[in-house]
Amino acid sequence: MRRIGVFVCHCGSNIAATVDVKKVVEMALNEQGVVHAEDYPYMCSEAGQSRIAEAIKEKQLSGIVVCSCSPRMHEATFRKCAETCGLNPYLVEIANIREHCSWIHKDVEEATEKAVILMRAAVAKVHLNAPLQAGESAVTKRALVIGGGIAGIQTAIDIADAGYKVDIVEKTPSIGGRMSQLDKTFPTLDCSACILTPKMVEAASHENITIHTYSEVEKVSGFVGNFTVDIRKKARFVNMDKCTGCGVCQEKCPSKKPLNEFNRGLNTRTAIYTPFAQAIPNVPVIDPQSCIKLNTGKCGVCEKFCQVGAIDYTQKDEIITESYGAIVVATGFDTINLDKYGEYAYNESKDVITSLELERIMNAAGPTKGHLERLSDGKAPKEIVFIQCVGSRCSDQRGKPYCSKICCMYTAKHAMLIRDKYPDTNVTVFYIDVRTPGKNFDEFYRRAVEDYGVNYVKGQVGKVAPQPDGSLLVHGVDLLENKQILKKADMVVLATAIEPNPDVRKIATMLTASIDTNNFLTEAHPKLRPVESPTAGVFLSGVCQGPKDIPETVAQAGAAAVKVIGLLAKDKLKTNPCTAKADELRCNGCSQCANVCPYGAISYEVRQVNDHGIREDRRIAVVNSALCQGCGACTVTCPSGAMDLQGFSNRQIIAEVDAICR
Amino acid sequence: MSAVERIKEISGVNPLKCMKCGKCSASCPSFDAMDIKPHQFVSYVINDDVEALANSKSAWKCLSCFACIERCPRDVQPGKLIDAARQMLIRQRGQEGLSPDEIPALLDDETPQQLLMSAFRKYRR
Ligand SMILES: Cc1cc2nc3c(=O)[nH]c(=O)nc-3n(C[C@H](O)[C@H](O)[C@H](O)COP(=O)(O)OP(=O)(O)OC[C@H]3O[C@@H](n4cnc5c(N)ncnc54)[C@H](O)[C@@H]3O)c2cc1C
Ligand code: SF4
Ligand code: SF4
Ligand code: SF4
Ligand code: SF4
Repeated sequence: MRRIGVFVCHCGSNIAATVDVKKVVEMALNEQGVVHAEDYPYMCSEAGQSRIAEAIKEKQLSGIVVCSCSPRMHEATFRKCAETCGLNPYLVEIANIREHCSWIHKDVEEATEKAVILMRAAVAKVHLNAPLQAGESAVTKRALVIGGGIAGIQTAIDIADAGYKVDIVEKTPSIGGRMSQLDKTFPTLDCSACILTPKMVEAASHENITIHTYSEVEKVSGFVGNFTVDIRKKARFVNMDKCTGCGVCQEKCPSKKPLNEFNRGLNTRTAIYTPFAQAIPNVPVIDPQSCIKLNTGKCGVCEKFCQVGAIDYTQKDEIITESYGAIVVATGFDTINLDKYGEYAYNESKDVITSLELERIMNAAGPTKGHLERLSDGKAPKEIVFIQCVGSRCSDQRGKPYCSKICCMYTAKHAMLIRDKYPDTNVTVFYIDVRTPGKNFDEFYRRAVEDYGVNYVKGQVGKVAPQPDGSLLVHGVDLLENKQILKKADMVVLATAIEPNPDVRKIATMLTASIDTNNFLTEAHPKLRPVESPTAGVFLSGVCQGPKDIPETVAQAGAAAVKVIGLLAKDKLKTNPCTAKADELRCNGCSQCANVCPYGAISYEVRQVNDHGIREDRRIAVVNSALCQGCGACTVTCPSGAMDLQGFSNRQIIAEVDAICR
Repeated sequence: MSAVERIKEISGVNPLKCMKCGKCSASCPSFDAMDIKPHQFVSYVINDDVEALANSKSAWKCLSCFACIERCPRDVQPGKLIDAARQMLIRQRGQEGLSPDEIPALLDDETPQQLLMSAFRKYRR
């Protein structure tokens, strides 16, 4: 019989205001095996822990129950406390009477009753707990970064500078991400390429960084410290080792129809292309959809003109397999599709554009060579209207419920740049709120109003109506004047909501990392662990976790790198001893558990068993405890009840349920 | 039940979802004819000022064109609130249960045709 101690925490008033802690102590003393029970204002404090330690020693406790907050908060604290007194840490159980009880109930009597029941269940379980020993697993000292935008680049550089190997997997032909598409950047208005290109070069030339562009992660297996990843390197049809990046192939390619993705489809490119001049690597790819040679067998112009024989039409996709200790997701974002916003006439008029399209139009390498002009007739716009929050802050199923956070600032940037370069062009911004928190940010927006004469009007636009004369009639409202406004504009720019790159769902599934209802990756804790995913060994960097601008992205990228470095610096990781185990007498070798195990931890072996005196060879499930993550999928699947999770055995769980129903 | 509760119940709308963006008022074809503009209408309901709404022209100037209902980004759908207010006022005045032959007597030049159609839909289902 175990000698059990029960420790009831007040958590200040968090628990004690709703749960009668004295009553829980009193009831605990009635439970079988409980030889000690007490309450204390803060069990997790040093004083609280030393009371537990004293009780363990004085009363020779062989199991303890702490009635407190969620085990996610302090299970580790109390286990460590027990361990220092010589009690196996797995003989500690937490009854969560805060999140599961005091925080969600109002009535003291009911909450107390529930707290007693939760305590009782934990006591019943601890009677059956067995001492467990954590094992060890090695750490592969290499990290993978998925996504080569500014977030991925910065994380990779920081990890590499600490002396660890890093691979970047980027799905497009070049690293750089959205930042490479921007013209100038707030809040300092420096040119985006001028600050990004050195980072790209640094990553590419770093001895510890390997970049796989035009590549995608195909499969992930393993666990923290020991991931195995299949990477698909898409066929470029250009030999990376031979190509010198001279660009003659792109000049000569006769297939000139495909839309230029880098310029947001505002102009076209050739079938063989490098997305932009500063691309890294500076090696083109052939887009197999539009290459004449690959589709009809004729053409071959690029091959003819390439001086170094780098073109190779026979290249195939290649799958490489690599091992990593940690994985960082940095897959970034895109702007939302505007099909559902018919009132803004985005699909009707070429002169209604998104802000990202405006970035390309303002950029010297863009479709208009940096001249601000209407895409319909090439005329210079004299009257420009910006509409804020398009698809952001919407709870109407058409858009996104969140604020995209960057658009108030980039619109102020766009408005200022336009007024600076084209002083006779009027700029009106229709806003709901101007949200510019951040160092030097509000000052930046005020400059647009005070120094550049940008006309800010409070009120969302209802409709943009293209007119027969080619202009756009904007139906707005000035809420401060309480007046409707009909404004004729030459160009309308939509501050379009951003959303996580749609691919992220696939990546999250592969990594068993969780995402929220908006497809942003979820942090392990929204305040205290913002760059870690709840899945051990998976970290988050950049906009894939939530909307951010470049300064915030870079800061978070560095934070993610530090977490990765902390992990890779360890030689061994403690493994969770709560792994599954098959009872050889009950297992009938049906394979159902192996089919559900997400970590491939289960195999089968033929073994001689002695079933009540009958000796026979049977096919039996064997769990590799180094791979098992203790998820429990197999235990609920096994039709014969042969699979058990150590620390959460069927017997223990039934005992808890019995105690609750008692 | 207070008048405001009644309006909320009839319309099924939670006015507190309004973020005061004004897209309804920007969209409203009757804006100039209304003394209380669509986005203000929502605030009046929030502030429990039904009397002002009852004395305003707005309820009778709304065309039930549904532009605001279609476009409101927060699903507040002010047109529904206005419609509910109108319905409540009509009932208070004992005018519910319109029959076609009573209508000519009630007509005044100010009443938009669509409003009549809405009334038919509502009271003669
Ligand atoms: C119009 C506009 C103007 C802006 N102006 C400014 C500004 O002036 N100043 C400022 O601070 N911020 C600005 N921003 C914000 C800035 O663009 C972002 O903060 C920044 O780009 C975020 O970087 P990221 O690396 O997280 O994402 P991204 O730049 O989106 O990079 C993600 C990368 O991951 C790759 N990827 C995606 N999925 C996969 C996959 N499955 N496998 C492999 N690779 C993948 C993508 O191809 C991309 O290269 C602006 C944004 C917009 C839309
Ligand atoms: S940042 Fe500004 S424009 Fe963008 S969604 Fe938020 S409030 Fe709207
Ligand atoms: S508990 Fe079972 S299903 Fe889950 S990882 Fe372990 S062996 Fe696989
Ligand atoms: S459109 Fe909707 S959210 Fe905006 S002011 Fe009108 S009712 Fe409120
Ligand atoms: S339904 Fe009424 S309030 Fe709404 S836009 Fe139409 S006329 Fe205006």
